[in-house]
Amino acid sequence: MATPTLEKTDKAEAGFGDTPYITATFRIRRFNPEVSDEVQWQDFQISIDPKERVLDALHKIKWEQDGTLTFRRSCAHGICGSDAMRINGKNRLACKTLIKDINPEKPITVEAIKGLTVLKDLVVDMDPFFQAYRDVMPFLITKGNEPTRERLQSAEDRERFDDTTKCILCAACTSSCPVFWNDGQYFGPAAIVNAHRFIFDSRDEAGEQRLEILNDRDGVWRCRTTFNCTDACPRGIEVTKAIQEVKRALITRRF
Amino acid sequence: MQIHKYDTVIVGAGGAGMRAAIESTKRSRTAVLTKLYPTRSHTGAAQGGMAAALANVEEDNWEWHTFDTIKGGDYLVDQDAAEILAKEAIDAVLDLEKMGLPFNRTPEGRIDQRRFGGHTRSHGEAPVRRSCYASDRTGHMILQTLYQNCVKEGVEFFNEFYVLDLLLQEVDGVKKSAGVVAYELATGEIHVFQAKSIIFASGGTGKFFKVTSNAHTLTGDGQAAAYRRGLPLEDMEFFQFHPTGIWRMGILLTEGARGEGGILRNKDGERFMEKYAPVMKDLASRDVVSRSIYTEIREGRGCGPEGDHVYLDLTHLPPEQLDAKLPDITEFARTYLGIEPYTDPIPIQPTAHYAMGGIPTNVEGEVLADNTTVVPGLYAAGEVACVSVHGANRLGTNSLLDINVFGRRSGIAAAEYSAKNDFVELPENPAQLVQDQVERLRNSTGTERVHTLRTELQECMDANVMVFRTEQTIKTAVDKIAELRTRYLDVSIQDKGKRFNTDLLEAIELGNLLDLAEVMATSALARKESRGGHYREDFPNRDDVNFMRHTMAYREVADDGTESIRLDYKPVVTTRYQPMERKY
Repeated sequence: MATPTLEKTDKAEAGFGDTPYITATFRIRRFNPEVSDEVQWQDFQISIDPKERVLDALHKIKWEQDGTLTFRRSCAHGICGSDAMRINGKNRLACKTLIKDINPEKPITVEAIKGLTVLKDLVVDMDPFFQAYRDVMPFLITKGNEPTRERLQSAEDRERFDDTTKCILCAACTSSCPVFWNDGQYFGPAAIVNAHRFIFDSRDEAGEQRLEILNDRDGVWRCRTTFNCTDACPRGIEVTKAIQEVKRALITRRF
Repeated sequence: MQIHKYDTVIVGAGGAGMRAAIESTKRSRTAVLTKLYPTRSHTGAAQGGMAAALANVEEDNWEWHTFDTIKGGDYLVDQDAAEILAKEAIDAVLDLEKMGLPFNRTPEGRIDQRRFGGHTRSHGEAPVRRSCYASDRTGHMILQTLYQNCVKEGVEFFNEFYVLDLLLQEVDGVKKSAGVVAYELATGEIHVFQAKSIIFASGGTGKFFKVTSNAHTLTGDGQAAAYRRGLPLEDMEFFQFHPTGIWRMGILLTEGARGEGGILRNKDGERFMEKYAPVMKDLASRDVVSRSIYTEIREGRGCGPEGDHVYLDLTHLPPEQLDAKLPDITEFARTYLGIEPYTDPIPIQPTAHYAMGGIPTNVEGEVLADNTTVVPGLYAAGEVACVSVHGANRLGTNSLLDINVFGRRSGIAAAEYSAKNDFVELPENPAQLVQDQVERLRNSTGTERVHTLRTELQECMDANVMVFRTEQTIKTAVDKIAELRTRYLDVSIQDKGKRFNTDLLEAIELGNLLDLAEVMATSALARKESRGGHYREDFPNRDDVNFMRHTMAYREVADDGTESIRLDYKPVVTTRYQPMERKY
């Protein structure tokens, strides 16, 4: 039995072997206070298969040209959330961005995400980000005695908050938010997404408390609905929609 | 150098480390040291599920699960440990649900379950639905849920602290753990953590392979630290190659894809697993499926211009099912291959996935200094450890289970140990070894580069100690690793700074990989049989008379400073299951 669509896959595969390497320029924003207080943009030229990831390019630069280039990474396929950075002016995960998809004909700019203090090159201080996350009480809160078996939850109730369980805490959304850039006190989209994940979980009994936290002057009302966060999310979470749902819950006190 | 004192120190913040931390923080003053941020750990990359005989959707019981685990491990599993794993699985899943884990649900609102490789009813009769899952991001949800509960319990984390040494002290003739030495990435400062008890939960070592599902950071740091301090490593020759990695990239595509009905096909479109495993077919154990794939490729039935892979076919499954049950892996195919899994089969090849071996422990998580003696105060759990519940081949969904069951057990045991015992005095100059190592690399003017050596190591391991091995290929690997270890002494780095010096850490990680690769190849050379993930073409049969025993590898240093590996063996614990021929 031949699979009907073998041909298409064959084409995709053939592409893998044939692709000529291209020469791409990476323009990277460098900063190392151990060496200088000045920020500088540095160009690196590399020969690379355009179907590789931006993370592969950064590794190539670090491993073959300049070992001092510093960035965080771990899983390399978009699930650990280590390598959010600003690539050609947009927040993306370096390991989920293929070079061919970001116009390698022109220099590709890479810089640290905005709104968090840069510590070295592409590495930022993540502590304020995680502090905002911890502030929304990101854990299930229930009352009374626990059941012997699992708590029951209908498939529909489970579906209600499915989208916001995908968050990998990479900070791409929060560091794309103009409100957050101007005022680091704002909780930011990621913290609200994680509050949403519990507010709309039928098993949770602390929705009111979380809503009160987000009713704060640095809470959801600061959101200006610019949709930057939704565009930035590498997990495809409808971040702005989640924030809107939290706002609506605050008004109606229904969730 | 700073010195910290905690009752309990946990090294690693993946599933096992955080599950342990939730228990030990309730009972003792605990610090968790992690080289990443906790939510970056590779537990988050696990997809398909966590096994437990809940019997929510069909008849099942923990005894069947025990049997499957032992058979899956090709009878190298310690059967007392497997029984604990399968029995405690049920509470482990229920505990996670109560902590908030959003499992997929049945129409009745219970935790849903699906099929997975090697999990059967009635001792092999047919596949059973035993894997509890949250879409195809079960590991992600476990990691998030455990982190959430660590936040709730106020667990104290030291993020981006690389533990590079284990301090052991002899007290009245007994080797005890005294603390660990860590390197702080942000500042380059060295910290000594003195602790009454220590739990290693630092994960696997897959980065010595090139095509691997493992993160860049999985470099066996815990195993290497223990080994350098004279502790044995158990069963290191057993490494699992997951059948379905994305072709050339190695990115994992869950076995849950086959659990949902996905089929492996060769270039003729043939469902070849029917030939190799008539009952379980595509859901045979991973070692069997990976060997079958390579057999197809070697016999000229591989796909693509170079015939070097096969297809995972999901095209007959309804798009709604793919969207609901396998959204992440279908997106991987779209992102990295530009392939639409609704209509096109996905090119795959086996990918280095999981170390069955590691630091030997008993069922309480206590680390063993030899076949029977525990190291008081020292524990290990998760992929870094070898209990051994996985034997020669781990079943899918049993690792998320392992980290929860044995993470919890070691967390409780370590905290109780801390409550009853005092600190062991630190050795003089506790940070000496790490300071010397860091200074040597920072000051080296050698000509070798980390990247070159690492690439050569990975290519050598892929070529010689993967799915098929022979005496000749393993010897080639042993020689090459010895050469690389010599060249490693001449390695230098470019970043000489203190701040976020990942250049330095990569060099140290390479040293760990080289040590462990040597142990792996040496252990594999001596095991002249085929069992589970270790397949010797020159010894294609299992040999229970000579090799139904665990390998224990020790580092020996002679008076003149030369290092060697001494191999010893440890009996397998057998309770009620006698070895049988393994068929799926």
